[in-house]
Amino acid sequence: MSGTANANRLVRWIDQRLPVFTLLAHATTDYPTPKNLNYWWNFGSLALFMLVVMVLTGIFLAMNYTPNAALAFTSVEHIMRDVNQGWLLRYLHMNGASMFFFVVYVHMFRGLYYGSSKSPREILWWLGLIIFITMMATAFMGYVLPWGQMSFWAATVITNLFSAIPWIGNDITTWLWGGFAVGNPTLNRFFALHYLLPFVILGVVVLHLWALHTVKSNNPLGIDPKGPQDTIPFHPYYTVKDLFGVGVMLIVYMFFVFYAPNYFGEPDNYIPANPLVTPNHIVPEWYFLPFYAMLRSIPNKLLGVIVLFGSLIILFFLPWLDTSKVRSGRFRPAFKIFFWLFVADGCWLGWIGAQFPTESLVVQGRIATAYYYLFFLVVLPLLGWFETPRTLPSSISAPVLPRGGAAAMEKA
Amino acid sequence: METRIRRSARAAFLALAAFALASPALAQEEEVKLAPQDWTFTGILGQYEPAQLKRGFQVYREVCSACHAMKLLAYRNLAEIGLSDDEIKAAAAEKQVTDGPNDQGDMFQRPARPSDQFVSPFPNDQAARAANNGALPPDLSLIVKARHGGPDYVYAILTGFVDAPKDFKLPQGMYYNTAFPGHAIGMPPPLTADRVTYADGTKATLEQEAHDAVTFLNWAAEPELNVRHNLGLKVLIFTIVLTALFYGLKRSVWSDVHH
Repeated sequence: MSGTANANRLVRWIDQRLPVFTLLAHATTDYPTPKNLNYWWNFGSLALFMLVVMVLTGIFLAMNYTPNAALAFTSVEHIMRDVNQGWLLRYLHMNGASMFFFVVYVHMFRGLYYGSSKSPREILWWLGLIIFITMMATAFMGYVLPWGQMSFWAATVITNLFSAIPWIGNDITTWLWGGFAVGNPTLNRFFALHYLLPFVILGVVVLHLWALHTVKSNNPLGIDPKGPQDTIPFHPYYTVKDLFGVGVMLIVYMFFVFYAPNYFGEPDNYIPANPLVTPNHIVPEWYFLPFYAMLRSIPNKLLGVIVLFGSLIILFFLPWLDTSKVRSGRFRPAFKIFFWLFVADGCWLGWIGAQFPTESLVVQGRIATAYYYLFFLVVLPLLGWFETPRTLPSSISAPVLPRGGAAAMEKA
Repeated sequence: METRIRRSARAAFLALAAFALASPALAQEEEVKLAPQDWTFTGILGQYEPAQLKRGFQVYREVCSACHAMKLLAYRNLAEIGLSDDEIKAAAAEKQVTDGPNDQGDMFQRPARPSDQFVSPFPNDQAARAANNGALPPDLSLIVKARHGGPDYVYAILTGFVDAPKDFKLPQGMYYNTAFPGHAIGMPPPLTADRVTYADGTKATLEQEAHDAVTFLNWAAEPELNVRHNLGLKVLIFTIVLTALFYGLKRSVWSDVHH
C-alpha cells in the first residue's frame, strides 16, 4: 500500500507533493524480507539504535563540555556532579560506545559467516566497512575528550603511528597535532571531528540501507528468495522482532550503565592528563585491542602500521577472496571450522592486546596476526576450490513446507 | 528448533566469553592480591550508610585534609551526606580563601562559604612537594575511581603499613606498605587506633577508621551512587518486563509464519 492510495486526504495531499508516505511504505510494509532470518540478523538494527543513542546523548554532553586542555577534565566532572542527570548521560555515552562496537562486531561476523558480502552485495559490504572505520576514528577521538591520562597517552601513541610514514611522517604528525606535541589544538580539533563524524556515519548508514533495499537482505540459507512464499513484509514481522532485540540489548546495556559503569574503562583516565608522567601500561579501549596486538607484535614500526591498516583494508577484498559459490557457512563444513578459529583468533588477539607485552606474548601475537592474514589470503580463496559444500535446499520454504513450498506457490 | 536454540545459545555464550576476556578489567599487570572488603555500597542494592559517611568525613577533615586536596568537591555537597546547613557553614569557615578584588581593587582573605570548593592544604603542587619530602599527595576527589581495585585498594593502602622486611632497601623518608606498587610509599601511616574520636561513640579502631574514610572517598568519587542504584533497579525491572512483552508480541505477530 502506498501513500497515494491512502484513505486519509491529508496523507494523500502531502504524498502527491512529497512522497514521504510512499517512501516509508516502500521501506517497511512493502519491503519483502526473507522469512527465515535468525536472531543474528537483529544486530544491524541494534547498531542503528546505538548510533541514535550516541548522537542524542552526545549532543547533550556537548552542551556542558569544554574543549580546552585546562578545563576539559573538570568540565567532565562538572557533568558528573553538577549537571542534572549528567552522570547518566555520560555513562550512557561511555558504555554506549562499547555496546555499539559489540553489536557491530557481531553484525560483521554474521556477514562473514553467511557470505553476505558476496555478489550482489559488495557495495553494501564496503559501505558497512566505511561506517566501521569512521566509527573507530570517532571512538578514538571521543576517548581523548575527557583529557585524562589514558586520553592523552592514547592520543600520543595513535597519532605517532603516522610518524612511521617515510620522509613526511614527522611533518604529518606535527600537522595532526597542531603543535609539537598533543595539546590544546589537538583537543579542539578532536572535539570538532568527534561531533562531525557521527553525522557522516549517519549519511553512510542511509547509503548502506539504500544498497540493502536494492539488493535485499541475505538470509541464513544464502539462497535468493524464489517468490512471495519465501518472503514476508518487513513491517510488522521484523519491526517487532527488532523491538524484542532492542529490549534484550537494553537489559545488558542498562546493567553496565547502572551497576558497572566503569567496567570497560581504565582507572588511569580519572587522573588528569599529565604530559610529564607516562602511565606504565598504555591500553586502548577493548574494541581496539586486537588491532593494538597486531601493531605491537611487529618489531618494525612502519611494518607494524602497515599490518594494522592492512588488516582493515583486506576486508574490502572479502567478496573476491571468499571464492566459494555458496554463500552460507551453514553448507560449508570446512569453512565453519576456519571461521570459528578466526573468531577465536580475534579474541586471542584482543586478550594479547590487553596484556603487558612479554616475549612469549609477542610470539603469540605474531602467530595470531599470521592467522588473521592467512584466513583471508590463503584459507578463503582455497576453500572455494577444495571444499565440497552440502547440497543447498531448493528454496527458502523447502525445508519447512511440504513439497518445497510448491503448495504455497500454487496458492500464491 | 531445539538444536537451533542450543546452537544459538552456545554461540552467544562464546561471544560473551570473548567479550569478557578482551575486556580491560583483566588487563592489569601483576599486583598485590587485595582482600575484598565488605562495603555497604556494592551490589545492586548497595547504598552508602549516612552515619558512616559522616564518620568518614570526620577522618578526612581531621587527618587526610592536612596533606590531601579534594578540589572537585564543594562544601555545599556535604548536605548530601547529612550535614546540616550550620555544620556545613562551620566546616567551610575553618578555611580561608582569597577573594576580590574589592572596591579598592585589593584582593582579600575571607572564611570559605558553602559554595566554595574544598580549600587545598597547599597553594600549589610545588609547595605540596616541598612540604612532603618531594612526594606529591594526590588529590582525593576521584582516588577510588582512579586506582585498580577501587575501594579495596585504598583500604589496603590505609591498613597496609608494616615494618619493612630485613632484605628490603627502604629509601630515606619512605615507608613500607604491603599494597603500594613497589612497597616504598612517601606517605607516613596516616591512621592508627583512636586517631579520631567519633561523635557517635563508634570505637575508632584502625580498620573502622579506614572503612569509614574509604566509604567517604567512594562517595566523593561517585556521589550519584545511591540515586544510580535506586534508578537502575527500576530501569532494569522495567526493561525486563518490556522485553517480555515485546517477546509476546513477536510470538503473536509471527504465529502465522512457517519458518
